[in-house]
Amino acid sequence: MTENIGDLVAEHPLFSGLPTDVAELVGGCSQNVAIATGQLLLEEGEPARSLYLLRRGHVALEVHEPGRVPLVIDRIGPGQAVGWSWMFPPYRWHFDARALEPVGAISVDAECLRAKAEADPAFGYLLMKRIAAVMLDRLQATRVRLLDVYGRDVTH
Amino acid sequence: MSLTEVEPLLNPLMPATYRVVARRVETDDVVTLSLEPTSGPSLLFRPGQFNMLTAFGVGEVAISISSAPGARGPMEQTVRDVGAVTHALCTAKVGSIVGVRGPFGTDWGVDELDDLEVVIVAGGIGLAPLRGAISYLVDKPGRTGQVYVLVGSREPDQITFPDDLERWERDGAVVKVTVDTGDAQWHGAIGVVTTLLPTVSFDPARTVALVCGPEIMMRFTVRGLADLGVPLGSIRVSLERNMQCGVGWCGHCQLGPLLICRDGPVFAYSEQLERLISERER
Amino acid sequence: MLSHMDLSASLIVDRAGLDGLLGALTARGYRTIGPVVRDGAVVHQQVSSTGDLPQGWHDEQAPGHYRLHHDDDPSLFAWAVGPGSPKSEFYPARSLVWRTSSTGDVVTLEQPQQEGAPAALIGSRPCELAAMRVLDRVFAGGEIPDPCYRDRRESSFVVVAECGTPAATCFCTSMGTGPGVEDGYDLALTELASPDGPRYLVRVGSARGAEVIAEMGGSPAQPTDFASRKAVLENAVRRIERKLDAGNVQQLLASNLEHPRWDDVASRCLACGNCTLVCPTCFCGAVSDTTTVDGTVERHRRWDTCFDLAHSLVHTGPVRATTWSRYRQWLTHKLSTWHDQFGTSGCVGCGRCIAWCPVGIDITVEVAAIAASDGAVPVHIESGGDRS
Repeated sequence: MTENIGDLVAEHPLFSGLPTDVAELVGGCSQNVAIATGQLLLEEGEPARSLYLLRRGHVALEVHEPGRVPLVIDRIGPGQAVGWSWMFPPYRWHFDARALEPVGAISVDAECLRAKAEADPAFGYLLMKRIAAVMLDRLQATRVRLLDVYGRDVTH
Repeated sequence: MSLTEVEPLLNPLMPATYRVVARRVETDDVVTLSLEPTSGPSLLFRPGQFNMLTAFGVGEVAISISSAPGARGPMEQTVRDVGAVTHALCTAKVGSIVGVRGPFGTDWGVDELDDLEVVIVAGGIGLAPLRGAISYLVDKPGRTGQVYVLVGSREPDQITFPDDLERWERDGAVVKVTVDTGDAQWHGAIGVVTTLLPTVSFDPARTVALVCGPEIMMRFTVRGLADLGVPLGSIRVSLERNMQCGVGWCGHCQLGPLLICRDGPVFAYSEQLERLISERER
Repeated sequence: MLSHMDLSASLIVDRAGLDGLLGALTARGYRTIGPVVRDGAVVHQQVSSTGDLPQGWHDEQAPGHYRLHHDDDPSLFAWAVGPGSPKSEFYPARSLVWRTSSTGDVVTLEQPQQEGAPAALIGSRPCELAAMRVLDRVFAGGEIPDPCYRDRRESSFVVVAECGTPAATCFCTSMGTGPGVEDGYDLALTELASPDGPRYLVRVGSARGAEVIAEMGGSPAQPTDFASRKAVLENAVRRIERKLDAGNVQQLLASNLEHPRWDDVASRCLACGNCTLVCPTCFCGAVSDTTTVDGTVERHRRWDTCFDLAHSLVHTGPVRATTWSRYRQWLTHKLSTWHDQFGTSGCVGCGRCIAWCPVGIDITVEVAAIAASDGAVPVHIESGGDRS
């Protein structure tokens, strides 16, 4: 029996607690996907076409640089979401995202989602609030990491 | 001043001997050496070209020439201490002898930029290969296009050539510096260098951008410039791979179809170049 | 009477005539370097007479396989190629680039002078001649030629021996480099069987070549001799088994950099670099500086291989850290980006890399596998997902 994709969306923390019709709306843009270990969900520079709601497995946000193993800047897991560059032009990924193990996710088509948000401002606002909350959380965490609090103290 | 043609070398594998006549510590791991030939004239070069410096008994390394051609005084080479050879060069005493082979490679093409605005974006040690170009552009009489110098550094005490930055600003360039993390004395911008791009107004149709720094930074900067309307072909980057011979004979500096020592290090950006830079190795 | 400067003169000589050639070249100060059998392979070293050449020897080659067999065949050239190539003559495996000498404060650099007599290569194969032309583009095709390479190359005398007995690993016909050759040599030999023992059709390709043939004896070549040559070459073409689609491979590899086949070959490749050692066009070189107790510094240049981890070293580490990356680099350079860099293919179809690969990787098979699924990418994102 195939699960209803709207139900899967509703289960995901990004959309949980929202009215059922919201989950169905998002579900209408979505499909269930699997990504094999080591493969890239996001590729820097490529068109940003999907929002990924992770259900199973972890993803590393990476930057590649010649002469180095990819620099991992974040690790995203089940219940979290990957990919924000689809929200604003030029709709291009800024980083790589690589599956660290077999990943199961809901892939939400970005164009579809943007169109629905434009057409239904109430839905659009709900979506923005949820996304902004996650982004704020990540930004604060990243700012604290910049402090490099574990670094050696240097006496000038 | 004009840029003279560079003479081809008879045997490009033979270094000429140069003496270290001065040494300046830039940051905790960056040193600028002033070099004069032990005999004969100093090599002629164009900004953006590199040469191979030999620390006798240790080895040889590719270094960008950081002074401007035709500038008063000896040729300058800025070296970052990251390995055995660069360590030997960074600790070379005044009066010691080093080997110089070069110049090699393509240059920034500064003599074609008289009427254009030039946006220079330098990340970290990437300011060194641009320094000669900036001085040339700022000092060239009769140039009409505005010069913008945007510099990104890790921390305030990692900023290289602060005296030049002040001097360029006094002489008409728009100079902006940003750091990843500041300190109590830092009152300048904080953020990655791409955040400086929207703070300067230039006409993207009449601008050439010169970009140098770690490849990640160059990729993001190119995108930032392109998003502001600068055509890809008007953006020039300086790439680096394992340069050894400098003349396309040793095979080490290949990037796909390109030999960085011969076809670069300065490249006009293009979709083909972007594809090559995006090719992920493992 | 043959005119000394008649470039179109062709001769038929017997073995004594070849000895006459060796003598003539030695008298003119050349080191005559030819094929001999040593350590179970056909290798090149100084030869003084045709008695040194591999009479009666035949090579049997296959992926990861090279064997010599001997019988009473009077032929001198009934084998294909050995592991060595003329590359070592013009671009030695190790050479001194410079040496310092210091008096007090003053450091002087000495450039070594060209050592030794010029080489006369006896019995180079057409594919090897093609390889020399490829290296000419690398070392002497730019604005500044490598002076050591250029001097050795220009002073050398080349006697090509066309192929009558290709190996199973040969694919010169696909690369347009053999089994025959029409120019680029001083003299060309084609070994023709005859009841009284092999005879050699000698064609002149240069003024230098025309100048020595007078000392080979023999008689003018006849139309039947040329017909015999044609038959030898046509027979060789028929015997060649391997094929590579040279017209297509440059674009094919450039557009298949993520092909799953690279994972497959990387799982077999040992990154040992044998292929680059035996390849007659691989030219990567590294330098190393050494100091002696008295303070003299020497820089040596030696062959390097892109399979070495340090080949792509930048200060943070190697760019190509895995065998996957390094194998892909080698093959795409050889067959694809070489065109962009030097205007020609890097491969001459000699098949050495196939025979001398310890695990028997065959580049013609690898290319065919990629061509068979041109455009294949590793599966990224599968719809349907999991049911959990």
